Amino acid sequence: MTSATATAIPAGTYKDDGVHSTAAFSVKHMLATFRGSFARFNAELTVGEDGQAKLVGTVPVDSVVVKDENLAAHLQSPEFFDAEQHPEIRFESTEISLDGPVATLTGDLTIKGHTERVTAQGSVVGPIEDPFGNTKLGLQFETVVDRTKFGLNWNAPLPKGGFMLANDVTLTVDLELLQG
Amino acid sequence: MRVLGISGSLRRDSYNSGLLRAAGDVLPPGAELEIFDGLKAIPPYDADDDLDGGPEPVQRLREAIAQADAVLVVTPEYNASLPGVLKNALDWASRPHATNPLRGKPAAVVGASTGMFGAVWAQAEGRKVLATIGARVLDSELPVPEADERFEDGRLIDPEVEERLGEVVAELVAAAEARAEGLRARAAA
Repeated sequence: MTSATATAIPAGTYKDDGVHSTAAFSVKHMLATFRGSFARFNAELTVGEDGQAKLVGTVPVDSVVVKDENLAAHLQSPEFFDAEQHPEIRFESTEISLDGPVATLTGDLTIKGHTERVTAQGSVVGPIEDPFGNTKLGLQFETVVDRTKFGLNWNAPLPKGGFMLANDVTLTVDLELLQG
Repeated sequence: MRVLGISGSLRRDSYNSGLLRAAGDVLPPGAELEIFDGLKAIPPYDADDDLDGGPEPVQRLREAIAQADAVLVVTPEYNASLPGVLKNALDWASRPHATNPLRGKPAAVVGASTGMFGAVWAQAEGRKVLATIGARVLDSELPVPEADERFEDGRLIDPEVEERLGEVVAELVAAAEARAEGLRARAAA
């Protein structure tokens, strides 16, 4: 399904500028919340004259950023993302709806060859004009996915019961998009 | 398809080395087994020695893994775990973590013991270690218990074990073929 709900966003194509946008994840690791992100990704929002909007995002798995190089390597291994066989994470929206300040984004998220329908809540702000005459649009969305549905099953038992890593992972995107 | 076999036992009449040789007899057509025989020469891991590719015996190991399409580890069980020499060799092979030759490589672990459990814990440890290193580790295992009754003059004589060994190596070779196919598809895309 590729239809979309009409939005109030001006028609056009909007792309992230690669610097002022973030694609990140967080997951409970024993007691603390562990956070990571991706250094590279592409996001493109297209809005038709009829207001129909579609967001497509791709993330190269090998751009994962965490605070330890060995962990970055582990995350790219078959125990996690399997970057060799599944080098890209992909999202393709099926519906974007705006209800006042609240935006709801629904679409298909593909990680490690597994595709799941997800719904994210967030906001769409702008458009505004920047000092250089460009039109910018801001999108912020967050959702929670069960990583095991995407085949990311690694875990380790704790000595007194329970596991080291939670299955629920929060995905967050903060996108500053530039109208092309 | 080239399968590199590593036996974790150094003993001359090792049942595990016999099991590894038997794996070579049941490989699917088109696949060949190369047995790595340099385990004893590998020094204790020391990051200070891991310069310019590391000591020569380590370079041999890393090169052998790099040249192989899949790795078959055959392990005895020492105190419910892997033999130190085998773990030590895998530790050398794992460095540097991000580019080590085992990354993404299909790997399987089988093992034999003279006890009742067939090195099942050592195999589990082996799978854990290989997966942490970044290999593509098969879930399959092959515990061969009471090994002294299943080998004669160094040869595997148990047809059930031989059949199951054939299934494991066939699965390993299939995983290597699937990996190569995936890499080809991505290169062509």
